[in-house]
Amino acid sequence: MYKYDEYDHAMVEARVAEFSDQVRRRLAGEITEDQFKPLRLMNGLYLQLHAYMLRVAVPYGTLDSRQMRMLAHIARKYDRDYGHFTTRQNIQYNWIKLEDAPAILEELASVEMHAIQTSGNCIRNISSDQWAGAAADEITDPRPWAELLRQWSSFHPEFSYLPRKFKIAVIAADEDRAAMRLHDIGIQIVEKDGVHGAAFYVGGGMGRTPMIAPLIKDFVPLEDMLSYAEACLRVYNRYGRRDNIYKARIKILIHELGADEYRRQVEEEWAHVKSLGIDPPNAEFDRIAAQFAPPALDASAPDEIDRSDPDFAVWLDQNVAAHKVPGHAIVNISLKPVGGIPGDASSAQIDLMADLAEKYSHDELRVTHAQNIVLPHVRKADLYTIWQALDAAGLATPNLDLISDIIACPGLDYCSLANARSIPVAQKIATRFSDLDRQKELGELKLKISGCINACGHHHAGHIGILGVDRKGTENYQLLLGGSGAEDVSLGTITGPGFDEDGIVDAIERVTDKYLAERTEGERFVDTFRRVGMAPFKEAIYG
Amino acid sequence: MKLLTGNDLKTGFVTWWTGSDWSLHIEDAADVGEHGEAILAAEEGARRVNAPYIIAGEQTPEGPRPAHIKDRIRALGPTVRPDLTLKPADPAAGDWVI
Repeated sequence: MYKYDEYDHAMVEARVAEFSDQVRRRLAGEITEDQFKPLRLMNGLYLQLHAYMLRVAVPYGTLDSRQMRMLAHIARKYDRDYGHFTTRQNIQYNWIKLEDAPAILEELASVEMHAIQTSGNCIRNISSDQWAGAAADEITDPRPWAELLRQWSSFHPEFSYLPRKFKIAVIAADEDRAAMRLHDIGIQIVEKDGVHGAAFYVGGGMGRTPMIAPLIKDFVPLEDMLSYAEACLRVYNRYGRRDNIYKARIKILIHELGADEYRRQVEEEWAHVKSLGIDPPNAEFDRIAAQFAPPALDASAPDEIDRSDPDFAVWLDQNVAAHKVPGHAIVNISLKPVGGIPGDASSAQIDLMADLAEKYSHDELRVTHAQNIVLPHVRKADLYTIWQALDAAGLATPNLDLISDIIACPGLDYCSLANARSIPVAQKIATRFSDLDRQKELGELKLKISGCINACGHHHAGHIGILGVDRKGTENYQLLLGGSGAEDVSLGTITGPGFDEDGIVDAIERVTDKYLAERTEGERFVDTFRRVGMAPFKEAIYG
Repeated sequence: MKLLTGNDLKTGFVTWWTGSDWSLHIEDAADVGEHGEAILAAEEGARRVNAPYIIAGEQTPEGPRPAHIKDRIRALGPTVRPDLTLKPADPAAGDWVI
């Protein structure tokens, strides 16, 4: 894992001191809320429905047990004993007091964490594959490149006031576990003639106008990755619309310019930017990469697993993935117990996951964009012990990628932007489909719920998506089918008129029944939808 | 009726104008009638409350009830965590929101 150097420490500590003084001035009435708001947002502090909300960055979703324990400590000491893991691999606290914010940031800084650039029109936390460094299908660990981008984008003076927020994801496998093409820039590390390079997909995103990022350049030499990213941002910063917030994202610029013209302008800018010498020397990249060296895993560790406990075997089949080193596995911890709140974890659960990571996963954890937690490097021989500990803490729900593994934004229960509640809908769906055999019969089915058009719950990318809207003061839920955030990326299509809270659950049941009736051997829900189209599902839903 | 609400500067907690001060409890909220804008301007100047705004509500036997669900959720707390609302001991409190 990356460890802060003296510059990282100095930057974060200086920001804590600066923000502490800003908070003091605000509490003393020396500055107005209008003056203070952009300052607090730069430090991840929002004002939501019930209190201030602090969003803490988890760079590319990777953290160690010490950092995880700090997240539990903050939940316990400053919040209401829980945290909410988000769809951008971060964590949010919902009940923060303004006067506590400086102390929290100081405590975070002590474990090399912060909340900088988790809000505002800047480059946000870089996201990545939660299985990075462990996945059998990756060509390299993408995180050193994500870390390089983190350093480049942190306090980047030219990109601190972009037309709109900017999200970057980096992956290095053909299987896309990070919704890469639904980011402003999605980078896939690829191999060509034995050499690694970066494929740049630019102009994706969800929100009000969902778009899949087109391929802008299929192979950028990795030593030029930063300068090419800089060129992409420069063109956006120059021509992105600042007059209309709804048209300010880079996806709108590229849509209006056309991918070819945007590409031409980036190439022109890149020719200039490359001459500025911003790409780091190999030694600097090597310094970063060395900190992501694979843990020392014993490839001769036993590969056999005792499956005699049937409950363990169910969890093993659903939540444990193959590791690239024999004798090891990737453990996916579901934060989606039936009837629970997707992504929420108590301080005790967070502490437990930290303990398990320290003892069994080479001190590493990952936060996933699906709001789950990963222990990436676990010996197969330890899986049963880990499962027992998780099960005792309510963390062993065996539902990864099943219909109850629902992504849901905080919605109107917490969020000031939301139009409808997301969490109760998620709870009702998970409860309706709580029978695990039924879930497994349905197979991989990614259900995603947003409480407003901003799409923090990724509803456009759900095999089944739900969008909550406000219809004359009443919550109403639109249903979308056929989306995907994976390598088979697609955007969902609205089925028709919306439903009330109970009606949407019934509608989903009709949709899944129709799928079971229509599917052919081996087809997932989304495959069947793509094959037969909307009509039969619409007929099933509306009659 | 018209209600004046905002979030407390220090805690961020939802707060309601009582006619003379601010309260965390909507039961204490006063009808500001046509005076809302003037109170709002004065209170913004005092800088105790963030982003105060005026909402529509109705008087009910249980007290003032905001017209929009968003403000009813603000008034009580998250519907999915009754233990974190202002009425954790009242299992039926959520019915007031919906």
